Amino acid sequence: MQRYSGFGLVKHALSHHENWERQWRNPTPKKAYDVIIVGGGGHGLATAYYLAKEFGVRNVAVIEKGWLGGGNTARNTTIVRSNYLWDEAAALYEHSMKLWEGLSQDLNYNVMFSQRGVLNLGHTLQDMRDIQRRVNANRLNGIDGEVLDAKGVQALVPIMDCSKNARYPVMGASWQPRAGVARHDAVAWGFARGADAHGVDILQQTEVTGFKIRDGQVYGVHTNRGDIEAKTVGCVTAGNSGVLAKMAGIKLPLESHPLQALVSEPLKPVLDTVVMSNHVHGYISQSDKGDLVIGAGIDGYNGYGQRGSYPTVEHTLQAIVEMFPIFSRVRMNRQWGGIVDTCSDACPILSKTQVKGLYFNCGWGTGGFKATPGSGHVFAASLAKGEMHPIAAPFSIDRFHTGALIDEHGAAGVAH
Amino acid sequence: MFYIHCPYCGEHREEEEFHPKGQAHIARPADPAACSDEEWGDYLFFRDNPRGIHHELWVHAVGCRKFFNITRHTVTYAILETYRMGEQPRFTAEYPEGRSSRDAADQAPLREGVRA
Repeated sequence: MQRYSGFGLVKHALSHHENWERQWRNPTPKKAYDVIIVGGGGHGLATAYYLAKEFGVRNVAVIEKGWLGGGNTARNTTIVRSNYLWDEAAALYEHSMKLWEGLSQDLNYNVMFSQRGVLNLGHTLQDMRDIQRRVNANRLNGIDGEVLDAKGVQALVPIMDCSKNARYPVMGASWQPRAGVARHDAVAWGFARGADAHGVDILQQTEVTGFKIRDGQVYGVHTNRGDIEAKTVGCVTAGNSGVLAKMAGIKLPLESHPLQALVSEPLKPVLDTVVMSNHVHGYISQSDKGDLVIGAGIDGYNGYGQRGSYPTVEHTLQAIVEMFPIFSRVRMNRQWGGIVDTCSDACPILSKTQVKGLYFNCGWGTGGFKATPGSGHVFAASLAKGEMHPIAAPFSIDRFHTGALIDEHGAAGVAH
Repeated sequence: MFYIHCPYCGEHREEEEFHPKGQAHIARPADPAACSDEEWGDYLFFRDNPRGIHHELWVHAVGCRKFFNITRHTVTYAILETYRMGEQPRFTAEYPEGRSSRDAADQAPLREGVRA
């Protein structure tokens, strides 16, 4: 792998930037691998990268139906934070946050991780009590957080309507300064380049059509480019996890929903942090390009169509304009939907299954992007050792039968 | 924007009058205390989540406030039918073109998408 550096940039400028090497190969599938990762999004590529780099498993294939990072990795609002209420979730997301903090250096790829802070607003007394509880829980878990009052919020975001005249006046917020945003495509590409450099085969436009299972042990997958064998298969396919699980005869406690986002025309710098509100239900940040990146809740019905309903867009923008009257005449440029696999407790599934050697990493629902490196790291550890990593263990699929749910819904500043 | 025919009002109305309430035809176990953890967890949390024809429960929240069922395709989002509580769907994964009757009696047992 050609390392990127300022010197390299100058050197390649002399040849008009025409001789950069490709970031990853486009190999033909081998007959067999040690590990197959199904799904070439951020989580899948991160899993492959850490498998090869940290756990010494280099004979790995990532099988992707479309192109790299073309699903939810390309469709999210790029927010990264770790202020989750429960210990299990806090450990997972904070593990991820720590990896984010060194990720650009580790990958030698600028993922443009910008720790500009995240505000989770409170508009009611109950919101404020929940925020206090959550911030206290965060601090006990070693996660940074502060409770701000309305004045503190106004000082951070002067353009927000924090007056008493708002329909739902801002009473305060939780503030996580280490949180922020990252460049979503760069995350997928950085992990892909790193994984490829460690020998991982990335097979794009290769669709898994079934699993090869014998005596309750997986030994490969069927694809549209022939069968590929491996005794360990990790499925990281977000919205399509249920479809994949069905091929292996497994049921997952997931529902796939469209989640929409939209961006505005580019504006001059006006918002230098991330603002989320559970109560009026919207979140917003400004990208480095200048567009406002806006999201809100899922469409309530099941769907695989990667698009959503206009009423949802309208509700989202109502919330944004309620908080930021200054944006009322900003024009929206693009709108899209991704398919998120939601669990009833708003926490992911990182788990073995009843099929030996077949693992699932799914159920990230509306908040998977922030977990990309952490999810990949603990999932890679689990695949390499055949035992779930201690941080991943509480997220077993068994919790839906034992009742040991990790109920993050509404409690974690999850804006859904 | 869906235009949904409410089988009780007998009219098409806009999506915003309705709320989706998840998969249809899920019967609550008759004796919850007799359920194993497995059965109870399945009832509470596990859904078919098909990519294709899906039967779902909706409520006409700001209309007649009655619950009813919709058969909808989860990729094209096409609404194939709406029908009242207690009725069976005409369109199913096995019969994507639709059956002639809603009577449960002359129908083969349903598999995916319908468990009632």
